[in-house]
Amino acid sequence: MGVMFSLLAVVVLILIAVAGTELAGWRDLFGIVIPYAAVVAFVIGVIYRVLKWARSAVPFRIPTTCGQQKTLPWIKSSKLDNPHNLFWVLCRMFLEVFFFRSLFRNTRSVVVEGPRILYSPTKWLWAAGMAFHWSLLIVLIRHCKYFIEPVPSWLVTMQNLDGFFQIGLPIILTTDVVIVASLTFLFLRRVVDQKLRYLSLPADYFPLFLLLGITVSGVFMRYFTKTDLVSIKELAIGLVSFSPVVSSEVGLVFFVHIFLVSVLLAYIPLSKLMHFAGVFMSPTRNLANNNRVRRHINPWNPKVKVHTYEEYEDEYRDLMKAAGLPVDKEE
Amino acid sequence: MYNGGKVLIGILVFLVLISSPLWYNMAMDGSDYQIELEKAVRGDDCVRDSAWMKANHMDLLNEWRDQVVRNDERFEIGSDGVQYERSLSFTCLSCHENKDKFCDRCHDYLGVEPYCWECHIVPKEVQP
Repeated sequence: MGVMFSLLAVVVLILIAVAGTELAGWRDLFGIVIPYAAVVAFVIGVIYRVLKWARSAVPFRIPTTCGQQKTLPWIKSSKLDNPHNLFWVLCRMFLEVFFFRSLFRNTRSVVVEGPRILYSPTKWLWAAGMAFHWSLLIVLIRHCKYFIEPVPSWLVTMQNLDGFFQIGLPIILTTDVVIVASLTFLFLRRVVDQKLRYLSLPADYFPLFLLLGITVSGVFMRYFTKTDLVSIKELAIGLVSFSPVVSSEVGLVFFVHIFLVSVLLAYIPLSKLMHFAGVFMSPTRNLANNNRVRRHINPWNPKVKVHTYEEYEDEYRDLMKAAGLPVDKEE
Repeated sequence: MYNGGKVLIGILVFLVLISSPLWYNMAMDGSDYQIELEKAVRGDDCVRDSAWMKANHMDLLNEWRDQVVRNDERFEIGSDGVQYERSLSFTCLSCHENKDKFCDRCHDYLGVEPYCWECHIVPKEVQP
């Protein structure tokens, strides 16, 4: 159900781009207006979501840890899994953001004969996630060459490394293969595994199909239906310098590609794809477990008007003395 | 807002990253760069028409290389009916004499480094 709905949604999006540019001829709309609108929606949406998260309550350190807390000096503490200061928190965050450490701990439970339950580590999701995200990062950096002039030499070097195997012409870029393969795996994983299929929603399938649409249209443009790249770079560089021109040589597949990218950009703030910002704001990852070292006071505690014993005694000293009660201070 | 300073720094980094092409182009004066290709010596005559060549020349060169190197088929009739030798150095570069003002213009603009020149020499470069 979710699969068909999401697939249909992406197919309809592709048809909109095809009909809009080929039949209706709204090339400026799909090449300029929609991309601008999408970027504005993306930037404002992301900032809005982050500020909304920032306003929510962070009452106390949440020590969901996987190791020994720092206590006495002769007990060895697990610094990375249970960081007690900023430095080790930064280390944990680094490994989380760049190497998805939490996902690496993924386990799978199977009921075997007995009946007995077995837990085993599975790294497939982690591996496919790493393959996808790193490819996406490299693809994104590679695409910067369309938006900047002159192209810096390190970017060309990176691209040459990406095409290290020199297969075919244009040279097949490793990340192109890896990103399509990993997305396909991440999709199949949701469909093949019964439990996961039961859990999966359109919000899980739609981004996968959208990303597949984007990567496949990009791959098509590079390897099969060639386009005039110079006019595309002129459009892209025009977009970032606010003087865009859609040349007549820009092809149909490019419009499909850029329309799907625009939809993705606008969709990110509304979806679970916000995890790119959310990972930095995970309280279980970014807070040091120093609950026992430092006193944390609830930031929204109301101001309580207290009446200390000293003040009490000052007020009733004479009466207390008269009644024979002991007092701390005589005067 | 809790940890407002850190959140604002994060948002600032996000804004700088996403707008970095804009600043880069402004600093490098890159956005109004225009590509001018040197005209071919023989005018518009070519193995294929120029629109096709613009997008697909690399496929043609790849095909030529395979046919020459593997099958020793060195000649073909172009789309204009003229026989051409399948040769980058002798056919392509005899019309587009100047690699710097033809090949490199687009390749540099698009950050492409074709490996043609790892084997081929540029004819002009060896002439005294």
